[in-house]
Amino acid sequence: MNNETTNPALEDQELIEKFLKETTLFLGPDPEIMRHHNIEPRTADEEKCMGQFTDLNQIASIRDRLQSACEEGFEMVEQMGAAPGAKWGDIITGIYSASGDLTIGSAGGVLIFSALVHHPIKFIIKNWVEEKTVGVNEGDGFIHNDSRYGNVHNTDQSMIIPVFHEGKLVCWVASTVHEGECGAIEPGGMPSMAETSFDEGLKMSPFKIVEGYQIKKDLLTFLQNSVREPKLQYEDIKVKLFACMRLEKRIKEVLATDGPDALTACLRYTNESVVTEVRRRISEWPDMTVRTQTIMDSTLRENALLKINLAVTKKGDRLIFDFTGTSPELTNRAINTQLPGMKGMVGQAFMNHIWPDLPRGQAGLSPIEFVTQQGTLVDCSYSAPNSQSLMSIFHSFTVAQHATAKFLYSCPDKYTRVLAPWHNMINTFIWGGVNQHGETLGNLCADLNGMGGGARMDRDGEHALSPIFATMADIGEQEMNEEEVPFLQLVSKKMTTNTQAPGKYRGGMGYTMISSTKDSDQWGFMTTTQGSKVPTIQGLFGGYAGGTYPMCRVSGVDVYDILLKEPERFKHSIAEIMNEQPFEGARYHTQHMGLGFDISKRGELYMISQGSGGGYGDPLERDPTYVIMDIEEGLITPDVAKKLYKVEFNEETLVVDMAATEKLRADYRETRKKQGVPYAEFVKSHVKDTPPENIPFYGSWNNELDYVYAGNINDKRDAKNPGPIYVTHPKDVRISELEDELARVREAAGLPPSNERK
Amino acid sequence: MKVLMTEYLRIDLDTENWECRVCDHVVGSARGNYKEGLLVYNRDPADIHPSIIDPEKYRFTFCPDREWVNIYEFYCPSCGTQVEVEYTFPNHMPLYDMEVDLDALKEQWSHREEITEPVKGPNVLVDRCHTHKH
Repeated sequence: MNNETTNPALEDQELIEKFLKETTLFLGPDPEIMRHHNIEPRTADEEKCMGQFTDLNQIASIRDRLQSACEEGFEMVEQMGAAPGAKWGDIITGIYSASGDLTIGSAGGVLIFSALVHHPIKFIIKNWVEEKTVGVNEGDGFIHNDSRYGNVHNTDQSMIIPVFHEGKLVCWVASTVHEGECGAIEPGGMPSMAETSFDEGLKMSPFKIVEGYQIKKDLLTFLQNSVREPKLQYEDIKVKLFACMRLEKRIKEVLATDGPDALTACLRYTNESVVTEVRRRISEWPDMTVRTQTIMDSTLRENALLKINLAVTKKGDRLIFDFTGTSPELTNRAINTQLPGMKGMVGQAFMNHIWPDLPRGQAGLSPIEFVTQQGTLVDCSYSAPNSQSLMSIFHSFTVAQHATAKFLYSCPDKYTRVLAPWHNMINTFIWGGVNQHGETLGNLCADLNGMGGGARMDRDGEHALSPIFATMADIGEQEMNEEEVPFLQLVSKKMTTNTQAPGKYRGGMGYTMISSTKDSDQWGFMTTTQGSKVPTIQGLFGGYAGGTYPMCRVSGVDVYDILLKEPERFKHSIAEIMNEQPFEGARYHTQHMGLGFDISKRGELYMISQGSGGGYGDPLERDPTYVIMDIEEGLITPDVAKKLYKVEFNEETLVVDMAATEKLRADYRETRKKQGVPYAEFVKSHVKDTPPENIPFYGSWNNELDYVYAGNINDKRDAKNPGPIYVTHPKDVRISELEDELARVREAAGLPPSNERK
Repeated sequence: MKVLMTEYLRIDLDTENWECRVCDHVVGSARGNYKEGLLVYNRDPADIHPSIIDPEKYRFTFCPDREWVNIYEFYCPSCGTQVEVEYTFPNHMPLYDMEVDLDALKEQWSHREEITEPVKGPNVLVDRCHTHKH
């Protein structure tokens, strides 16, 4: 007799659970799913299959076929997808176990998806399989974008289909694309103006949009009606569906040759063996705690100082990422991230730069532990906007990359070179409006995929190489873009001189983009990056970070008229245009890179630069030959090169005087010894007990991790429960400043206040 | 035995000290914060990241705002090598960035051969990649 069924207490509990499940009023974001990144426990079916199939050659053969299928799906989406993100690789296709664990993902594309696209599948398994109004059947397809149910941010959309064999669900396949437009308060899918989660556009919890492999037209129409690009919405749903169907076809080929149990065994072996290997590799690291931080200088609406704080502890085969001390979430700013986004980006750091040889799947991150406080930038509440979660997750990537480099250096076995942090911001234009063909568009330039690479332990970083969230992504063809959008990049792909991160090996640099609208009166730009006042990364082992990269603008000019009439007046660098001010009567101005959507006029200039990856090592150790090469390539000017690297050379011939250089460097080492002060003395004279008084600061200060500041030195809160923080609208701040100024002027003039009535 | 911990620092497991790899200077106890044995300098960001547009005309110039960020440079007091650089909040405490469990390190390296040159790891093999050479 089964004791479980005769235990009255258990029977009651089961009844209560059944009642609650059947009467839940809203299946909202589910912490049981969203807070876990581990692979699911081995099921009885997986146990049975692994017992039957132990031939590792067969397992490897199946895995290779599945990997090829993922690459084929990736190619399909990349070739057929309409979204710029699809065309240039901001996608992934993957195969998930029956329990919903991503086991094999496409090698290229956005690897962060590897760690957080499984959540919506687990939601479907938990809620829709047994739900009689939904159900999960062969030929079904589920769509999803709401980051509170998985994924990074709402601009990413997934298509998920179950794969059956003789009526039994054997696995899942999914395709995810950074679609861009999603009907938010600003075009392009990543609104920095969002002050609540309801400003962020489409909120698709996982739902069925495909039955019998057919897209349901009524639901499709509803989605198209909710976004600025209805044709894109339709086309990419089809593209993702067909990629999933191709994956399903390839899996059925495996089922035909090897059977469903072999497939199940392969998926489970793959995940478990990756977990085992990751633990082994962690064990090779030295036991220690590494601490680092990065500085956010903007909420994308206003400048402020916000801390991303990380302590990584490795002990035995455990690796723990502790983000305690990080800034609290901002209740009405979009830079917060859901917990999976942060974890996924840490996973990305491993897949990109630490263990790129491991399969792209969820298992690589599974053994790693995380400590966060709910209600912080890296673990925000479900009510907080997160459409610009990229800010928090990119900083999470950088602190992870910076900390792990310090573990890796001493390891006898390495799987990649130790390298300084990559540039971590999407310095690009997001755009929208009505194009030259009369179509409404909202998306972005793929130049975001050209972040400068970090310097490595034996060579310089590479320029504008790849984004931190994707490998093998492309920056696109400008001429192709210009067929669809009504603006030109008048200057592009030209490195921005004197913006490198110095070091023994310098960081890879970024290029200048000067854009100007030409063929539309309804077109605008926005930019969504931090780092105009404070560098967003760190250097490594004596190398420096990259600098800061603001927005420069020229208003009140039609540069196309100038190019027609007096082309010689046009200049091809930000420095020349801003310093020489060649266009009479125009207004030249700068601002931080949180440019809210701004309607542009024909011929006005919007000028930005991608950023540099971090430098590695002491700049005084840089080979003078490399310094001269950088001068020859226009990456650095002779005066700046001499100042940074202490190299003596003839400015006409660029011939280095090695002896003079050696002396210059030796002298400068002596200078350092004179200007540097002993640590204890420095701490006593320089360090303060509180953050700066006149700058809004968010996060922990010094070593005190129990409390966090909330924008003011008088507003100190419990780090475990910081509570809501509302930031005043920048225009209200400005109005208040102007009203105060007006009151002072009136008082000085002997006039009564402008309005005494309250 | 000595363990190479960073580009410029190693730990002598026998003496339990951090050492400078450039000049062999003993920086301090490996059970503590190596930064305490170094010199510190608060660098003006403009020295490293020069303005590329005129700071007299513009608020944002590609040079970090010195009121918003400090750059701490850490030097070996013996040879002047720049061991570490830290970008931090103005007047913030320097980070205790590498807190080593020395006993665990000793145990780990008791099973390994000493390494005197840093291991770089695998290189990208150009001849195995797609090329356009014919």
